[in-house]
Amino acid sequence: MQTAIFTTLLVASLLFFGWSVYRRLSLVLLGQPEERFDQPGLRLSEMFLYAFGQLRVIKKPFGLNHFVIFWSFVILAIANGEFMVNGVFPTLSLALLPEGLHRALLLAFDVVSLLTLFAIVLSFVRRIVVRPAQLDSLYVKGRSPEAFVILSFIALLMLAYFGMHGAIIAQRPEAAASAMPVSTVVAAWLTNAGVDLSLVESVSWWVHAFVLLAFICFLPLSKHMHILTAIPNCYFGALTWPATQPRETFEKGAVYGVGSVERFTWKDLFDSFSCTECGRCQAACPASITGKPLNPRQIVHAIKTNLLENGPALKDGRKATLPLIGDEGEGTNTEDAIWSCTTCGACMEACPVLIEQMPKIVKMRRHLVETESKFPEELLNLFENMEQRSNPWGIAPGERAKWVSTLPVKPFVAGETEYLLYVGCAGSFDSRAKQVTVALATVLNAAGVSWGILGKDEKCCGDSLRRLGNEFLFDKMAKENVEIFRERGVAKVITLCPHCLTTLKNDYRQYGLELEVVHQSELIADLIKKGRIKLDGGEKSLGKIAYHDPCYLGRHNDIFEAPRTVVQAVTGEAVMEAERHGRNSFCCGAGGGRMWMEEFIGDRVNHTRVDELLAEKPDTVCVACPYCMTMMEDGLKDRGAGEVKVRDVVEVLAEGLLHKKG
Amino acid sequence: MLVVVCVKQVPDTTQVQIDPVTNTLIREGVPFIVNPYDTHAVEQALRFKDRYGCRVVAISMGPPNAEATLRKALAQGADRAVLLSDRVFGGADTLATSKVLAAAIERLSKEDEVGVVICGKQTIDGDTAQVGPGIATRLNFAQLTLVDRVDELDLSARRIKVSRKLEGRHEHVEAPLPVLLTVVRELNRPRYPTVAMRLESADAKVEVWDNGVLGLDVNTIGLKGSPTWVSRIFSPERAKGEMLGDGAHDPEGAAQILIDKMIEKDLLAL
Ligand code: SF4
Ligand code: SF4
Repeated sequence: MQTAIFTTLLVASLLFFGWSVYRRLSLVLLGQPEERFDQPGLRLSEMFLYAFGQLRVIKKPFGLNHFVIFWSFVILAIANGEFMVNGVFPTLSLALLPEGLHRALLLAFDVVSLLTLFAIVLSFVRRIVVRPAQLDSLYVKGRSPEAFVILSFIALLMLAYFGMHGAIIAQRPEAAASAMPVSTVVAAWLTNAGVDLSLVESVSWWVHAFVLLAFICFLPLSKHMHILTAIPNCYFGALTWPATQPRETFEKGAVYGVGSVERFTWKDLFDSFSCTECGRCQAACPASITGKPLNPRQIVHAIKTNLLENGPALKDGRKATLPLIGDEGEGTNTEDAIWSCTTCGACMEACPVLIEQMPKIVKMRRHLVETESKFPEELLNLFENMEQRSNPWGIAPGERAKWVSTLPVKPFVAGETEYLLYVGCAGSFDSRAKQVTVALATVLNAAGVSWGILGKDEKCCGDSLRRLGNEFLFDKMAKENVEIFRERGVAKVITLCPHCLTTLKNDYRQYGLELEVVHQSELIADLIKKGRIKLDGGEKSLGKIAYHDPCYLGRHNDIFEAPRTVVQAVTGEAVMEAERHGRNSFCCGAGGGRMWMEEFIGDRVNHTRVDELLAEKPDTVCVACPYCMTMMEDGLKDRGAGEVKVRDVVEVLAEGLLHKKG
Repeated sequence: MLVVVCVKQVPDTTQVQIDPVTNTLIREGVPFIVNPYDTHAVEQALRFKDRYGCRVVAISMGPPNAEATLRKALAQGADRAVLLSDRVFGGADTLATSKVLAAAIERLSKEDEVGVVICGKQTIDGDTAQVGPGIATRLNFAQLTLVDRVDELDLSARRIKVSRKLEGRHEHVEAPLPVLLTVVRELNRPRYPTVAMRLESADAKVEVWDNGVLGLDVNTIGLKGSPTWVSRIFSPERAKGEMLGDGAHDPEGAAQILIDKMIEKDLLAL
């Protein structure tokens, strides 16, 4: 009787489970193609690191907790498998295994179940008592019952497990009791309590059965779907850090960007089913933190909701009805949210399951710019200036080389000059950044580096255009630049600005141009190391120096040490670190084209960052990016801390050289 | 009904320099752009199209490469583009230019009624603001210059109501159709072409009309038909100013001196 009922329920649950999973995952196939099957070896190792090693998870408080739950799941999957098989075919059980192995497994199940129980209690405590900020936002409040249901399920499973085994051991002590220490303790309690042991055994068995089957049914409907998808998602994760966005082809009749959910790639859609809703991305996002309507978790979640809603219609070849971009609502992203992103990449750095949030946002921007022509009005000028004058300010291109007026600067000639110094728009036109350019030129000359410039022929790299979703213009400018670099035989480039660095290095690669691009900070760190620049390490005029990591230098291009070693070589002291630094640094607010936009909503990102830096009480804030320079200088002035200096790392070095000479 | 919008390709004047020896514009290497005021004219024409379903024809007089300017109008949504290009049109002043443009509009009106002609208030290279009014005069259209808002276009009553931006005041005026408007930047925000429109316009047809089509007397157009000509272009000498007050230590005092000076020169409307 018991077997028949259980078998029926199990089959029904498995069918429901299979159907739900199929219904969801088959929607992923609606997405556009994307190559994520190459290099299986590397992919496997990434998967082990991030999924089984839980690399990102354990970095955070309570991460260890999840590590325990994750591994218990893996181990207890065997126990639960046995439970189901045994429920249908009572003669089959793990007892058929060799004695030693069986006992080892029982021991593992017993201990792991107890650990899980502890971890679950901790999770409850965390959600009720500690309440981390990211679990407390409006968005999550409505969803937390789900988490409690799941946690209760797991807790009940464990309790039922011990109830069942405790009762069995109390009745038949020979049942491998010595391999199950926890259950043996439970058995003693039950015996002492004088309860009806066979009743406890069967009630526990049925509770275990029901909860397990309910769990199986509920799983694909909840965020715990990630139990199935997170591991493959790590396998299909980006093999190189996604600092860039994919190219588009421009031809008549093509569709640009993502304006409807099926325009995402299958991997984008799979990402949305892998989200654990942990909120790590949100807790790291400068837009979310400063009260903008952007929350990367919600972006990912809206994609999933939208896909579930529109999926059936799309499958039948009908049009989506719930808009992907539009007014606020479940399954829809607002334009304000899409425009709030600084493309800083903090979300992607934080995500434990390697979801790529930022490129999705840029893809939606593409739709808005290229298909709908809808964007914040400040950008119209930017786009026109870029197209007509190849710089964001719309200054006459003829003035690009004006900064050289005080210095003898040679044009780049292939074969004669080693490096092209790609000055970039800020370094050429912005009066503050021009001082940095001059400092860099002075330092390069002092070290005897062979370098030259393109002068008036230099064009904007197009970084802001690409991040803002104006891929059409970016494509045009990238092609022009690639052509110029090829024509002039450029092989090695120094950039002043991390945005030029990333564009020349990571974006132009998509155009078949492989340049050796170095950021000035890397080059000067190297020159110091090689002894081509000599310093006495005692420069004190800048006082205590705090370093701010630019997103496009650090997180996006892995350059963390070079600027720090330069400052240390000059001052003899390590830089002061802001609370968020290195990989976890906090954006200045100007990336992703935000430099050219107004910031009307919430706090200003640069104020938040400046406050954090000021907490260290520095005399100087050292940056390595012209955008950060502007944002820090403005922020410090706004905060009434104008006496704190802002210096580019190469200016710090130039100062050191000056004083050494003098 | 047709809405005709006149556009001009101009050198990007922020990048033009004057040769101090020959007193002529150095045009080499200077990129051409659409006259900025004209982009607002195109936008207004497109708004009429969106609202009333009029057809928009963009016309331009200029050398063959002025085609790029017309393509831009097509990318924004104009239905048709006509380039008026002929050697005999060259060297024209504002009078001769307005004759050619008026003739082209007249020719278009044989195909369909032209209800509204829109021009930018002036071009940034000549800065005369005469061509628009010249066209209106030649066509005997009502002319409303310096329009910064269109209040109403009533096609059945054949009237238009607009606001004109004058110095220090606005004027609300009404005129019967057909009408010619010249527009200022405040009128609207030009739309940004979508990629699809850009690609579409890249190989759309731009018609070219020469004087064979217009059949004007060659003595009344081009250089020959121009009663004015430029004798000299020069950068004005700027007298060096003097330093007054001490802005660094007494900013308020310095500001007071500045205000007094401005009042003295009658530069502040009190
Ligand atoms: S890239 Fe930065 S700003 Fe954009 S969503 Fe991610 S964390 Fe937020
Ligand atoms: S996208 Fe990643 S970091 Fe953000 S909530 Fe989902 S799983 Fe967590």
